Amino acid sequence: MKETNGEIKKMMFILSKATLENVYAAFVMANGARMEGIEAEIFFTFFGLEAIHNKKLEHLHTATVGNPALHMPTMLGGLPGVEAFATSMMKKEMEKIDMPEIPEFLEILTASGVKLWACKLAVDMFHYKREDFYEGIEDIITIGDFYKHSKGEGVHMLFI
Amino acid sequence: METIINGFSITVNEEGYLTDFSQWNEQVAEKLATDASIELTPRHWEVLKYLQDEHMKQAALSIRRIGKSGVVDIKEFYQLFPVAPLKTATKICGIPKPASCI
Repeated sequence: MKETNGEIKKMMFILSKATLENVYAAFVMANGARMEGIEAEIFFTFFGLEAIHNKKLEHLHTATVGNPALHMPTMLGGLPGVEAFATSMMKKEMEKIDMPEIPEFLEILTASGVKLWACKLAVDMFHYKREDFYEGIEDIITIGDFYKHSKGEGVHMLFI
Repeated sequence: METIINGFSITVNEEGYLTDFSQWNEQVAEKLATDASIELTPRHWEVLKYLQDEHMKQAALSIRRIGKSGVVDIKEFYQLFPVAPLKTATKICGIPKPASCI
């Protein structure tokens, strides 16, 4: 084993989706890294941008269509209100295990030193502006910039 | 596993956490802090006492709970114990490593 003897020094997450479970996966792993003394950064791209968009971040949903793990007939998943119901059930269960809601989780991440970046290409595509986003993000950058931040030994990158 | 910390005979587990809190004292804490490259200030002690009190109440410790403690916020907690704060601080104050993911 070369480099840092396999030790993880930094985790770089690319979050491209805004379904509740994907956003939580990225946030839990980034926060978990910091708790272990590992650096962490998240690059929000495409629909992942909704997790840092001020008007959207409190309204993320869990997908009920095309999600076989919910064990719900696909036809049923598309009915009005079903997605909202599944989301509220999921949020209740998350509160029971002391999982913070998205706005509080963003505060925890930034206070813990996790760097949050918005993808320039996706921001341009959706016609978003800096002021649309959670104030704790570092900046709007290109994927090339994000790669530069990923330089060094023991750095791992994960696409969600 | 038996070990000598600052002249005290202490039992620790394989990760270096004390297995018997009655063996903990402030000199032991000072040595454990030095091992973690931390110089304990009065502010560190306030946080360590809080963690011990919470442990005595059998509260499950997590970063989220620290943030709501009113004793220290998450940012300062990371400044006081920069590397793996919850793991490091609990080790220094002689209580078990929290099994928390958040």
